[in-house]
Amino acid sequence: MDRIPILRMGDYLLVTIQVDMHDQLAMTLQDDLTTAVQRTGAKGVLIDISALEMVDSFIGRMVADISSMGKILGAETILVGMQPAVAITLVELGLSLPGVATALNVERGMVLLRRKIEADGTDVSDR
Amino acid sequence: MSATDKGEAPLRSEHDIVLARQQVRRLTQELKFSLVDQTKMVTAASELARNAVIYGGGGMMQWEVLSADGRRGLKLRFADEGPGIPNLELAMTDGWTSGKGLGMGLTGTKRLVNDFDIDTKVGAGTRVTIARWT
Repeated sequence: MDRIPILRMGDYLLVTIQVDMHDQLAMTLQDDLTTAVQRTGAKGVLIDISALEMVDSFIGRMVADISSMGKILGAETILVGMQPAVAITLVELGLSLPGVATALNVERGMVLLRRKIEADGTDVSDR
Repeated sequence: MSATDKGEAPLRSEHDIVLARQQVRRLTQELKFSLVDQTKMVTAASELARNAVIYGGGGMMQWEVLSADGRRGLKLRFADEGPGIPNLELAMTDGWTSGKGLGMGLTGTKRLVNDFDIDTKVGAGTRVTIARWT
């Protein structure tokens, strides 16, 4: 079965979505990611969608759900690299993804993640 | 007005939704839609294809390349033989959902295209026709 790989980098998990996902693949990613957060005790999740040429309401909801589930499990999620055409379309569709933190690229996403985690008073240095 | 290209594709599974998106991407690229317009049309197609598969129990997507007044356009028709939509007015309200979605499917899709027409009857399926012009 198809799976999107989840990379572990210290306290963070990085997912790069590079294929046009069918719905089941998106659901599998949601399951895999929440399981990985729990198993690794990750403090942050970065989802890179710079290769995605389209985000519809299903994928939008999947991302919003991952963000909420992650938060309950103690991890911050940042969505990075959304293409401008995708952002324009999403907003017109009516999905502004409230509650989902975003950043322009992975690098800025990392900075934001670090800042958010520090603001939460969580010390990541001794993990 | 003349139609130069038309065709159809089945919508039976999740995989067909992906294929429908790819087909619409190809067509909008051939028609030289701007990247934003391509993305809007592909997203609209994805929403309607999913509706046909999930709520309509499967159906068809038909496409037709349009040409009028020196402009070109793409018309897509999504037809299913499913249960139909009992209360169309309600279904066309932002935020309304029958359960699985975010309630942005139909109204959101309408905002992504230039022309939007829906024909539904309880027990006789749903046909949604959309078009976008260059």
